[in-house]
Amino acid sequence: MNVYDLPDKKGHFGPYGGIFVAETLISALDTLREQYEFYWNDETFKDEFSHELSHFVGRPSPIYHAKRWSEHLGGAQILLKREDLNHTGAHKVNNTIGQALLARRMGKNRVIAETGAGQHGVATATVAARYGMKCVVYMGAEDVKRQAPNVYRMKLLGAEVVPVESGSRTLKDALNEAMRDWVTHVEDTFYIIGTVAGPHPYPMMVRDFQTIIGIEAKKQMQADFGRQPDVLMACVGGGSNAIGLFYPYINDNNVRMIGVEAAGKGLDTNQHAATLTKGKPGVLHGNRTYLIQDEHGQIIETHSISAGLDYPGVGPEHAWLKDIHRAEYVGVTDEEALGAFHALCHFEGIIPALESSHALAYAAKFAPTLNKDKLILINLSGRGDKDMATVSQMSGITL
Amino acid sequence: MNRITQTFAALQEKHKKALIPFITAGDPDPEITVDLMHCLVSAGSDIIELGVPFSDPMADGPTIQRSSERALKHHIGLSDVLDMVRNFRTKDTQTPVVLMGYANPIEAMGYQRFAVQAKTAGVDGILTVDYPPEECEEWVQCLEQQEIDAIFLLSPTSSVSRITQVAKLAKGYIYYVSLKGVTGAMHLDLNNIEAMLEKLRATITIPIGVGFGIRDSATAGDVAQLADAVVIGSRIIEEIEGSPQSELLNNIRGLIAGMRKAIDEKCSQR
Repeated sequence: MNVYDLPDKKGHFGPYGGIFVAETLISALDTLREQYEFYWNDETFKDEFSHELSHFVGRPSPIYHAKRWSEHLGGAQILLKREDLNHTGAHKVNNTIGQALLARRMGKNRVIAETGAGQHGVATATVAARYGMKCVVYMGAEDVKRQAPNVYRMKLLGAEVVPVESGSRTLKDALNEAMRDWVTHVEDTFYIIGTVAGPHPYPMMVRDFQTIIGIEAKKQMQADFGRQPDVLMACVGGGSNAIGLFYPYINDNNVRMIGVEAAGKGLDTNQHAATLTKGKPGVLHGNRTYLIQDEHGQIIETHSISAGLDYPGVGPEHAWLKDIHRAEYVGVTDEEALGAFHALCHFEGIIPALESSHALAYAAKFAPTLNKDKLILINLSGRGDKDMATVSQMSGITL
Repeated sequence: MNRITQTFAALQEKHKKALIPFITAGDPDPEITVDLMHCLVSAGSDIIELGVPFSDPMADGPTIQRSSERALKHHIGLSDVLDMVRNFRTKDTQTPVVLMGYANPIEAMGYQRFAVQAKTAGVDGILTVDYPPEECEEWVQCLEQQEIDAIFLLSPTSSVSRITQVAKLAKGYIYYVSLKGVTGAMHLDLNNIEAMLEKLRATITIPIGVGFGIRDSATAGDVAQLADAVVIGSRIIEEIEGSPQSELLNNIRGLIAGMRKAIDEKCSQR
């Protein structure tokens, strides 16, 4: 394989990505792309970004060898990249800091965001407070109900949370609504998208801000283990934590990359969010990518125990990595994810996010098929405190 | 000459401006759409924009979102919309029909297949909100082969280089979005529209329609003095929403006739 340098100038990853938006947003996206390209190569910007990541987020996040769990599984060694230890409890903040710093330089004083589980909303509200910006977060009315603690967190941080009543009243509808807000307030507003989707330059920009995960991992693996991992694993909803880990390894062909999607109640049911496994290419939210849709091209509601994976699209770069077979994508059910959630609590004293538990669950199946000297590096993208209500409810306990 | 070009040429000869209403196919129910189209024509419409319902209408405000949701409750897909156009054409072979919608239903059917079927059904133009010029080369070619006009949007934020780029591809007419924001928004600034239309006409030779934010006859008349066509969307959908089934056609006829009258009066005063 040739050295990978996507996207192209127009934001394409093979046939995926691009800019599929209404005319009103075109000039805003042009400006964003120019400004991003300038500042991403600007030393002062990079220094400030890196300073914020170390002093505000607490980076670098360590790589932790889950010895007891590895021993129990009886195969490859499981290593965890501890994004759960970041400020705000997930990898999302890496990206919101990057975009907020850019917004500031572009003179935008109002930031908006969409959120599903509320993690990206919290991360956006956090940086908006940190930099003194006005913040509006769009959240599906269903999710507002399901994720009350995160709604309150965002409000504590000074954000306005707008429940979205249209469509299926979940993440995709929140994204639609945030786009509508952006079209209307394009002059003073910066739209902080939370994942590697949306129109160009978002998939590239969000990826770049998240690659700190993989860049650190490469150094840490060399320093702590004297070599790179054999397999990388990460959960994939939109795919930002996965691409953050994968991207610096893309040209290292001996490192396998496995993205784990939410198979919900099973891939053979219609209640899952396994976009790459079960979807078809199409156009939504500004980019061409795999989508969960019906035969008429209408987007179908998805299901996952984890709100962060409950999305009918996926980042266009993952679509391309799947097609060129550079990365593999598999599905893990709600039940399997829940099993891995409990296993990590039990064996390692770490409460993982339900999203990350999907990657853990696949590792639990995969590790025993490998020798004990093999290394699997999993992106533990977030911590599970936010999931207490969901998990306790599954066990029949009301908190 | 196709129906859209013919329509504009005929209007120009009479010093008249085009009135272009938008309705969503299947709203409030699929049985009434074709009757509604005929009603729009008899009340004085020149071209009909027929919306293809989509689950995620990102560029539309709450009114058109709701109309899309009502249509989707009846599972109206792209092929149903084409059936409606075919049905409309059995009685009306003159009035141009422009489909307006989002990319994904077209992607699902396939460019080529859709373009051929649209032509057969009697569609004259297609406006796909989220196919900007840089992403639609192949699609525009398919439409050209079928002699269907590719209608494009321009907005207050469009740069001069952008206008030039769109001018090269656009056929039929340009739909100028008179406001930043989504469909159904308020507050038009006529001075801004006038200045922008002047800028557009430096490059664009086909007719220019103005839409977004035209909510009453007076505004329709004012806009008609500046533009070649006036597009009315959300206001009609609100009328559909607010009308009992038995009154629906009458109410729409009244609304459109009022707009027609205002447009003709304002433009004959010139």
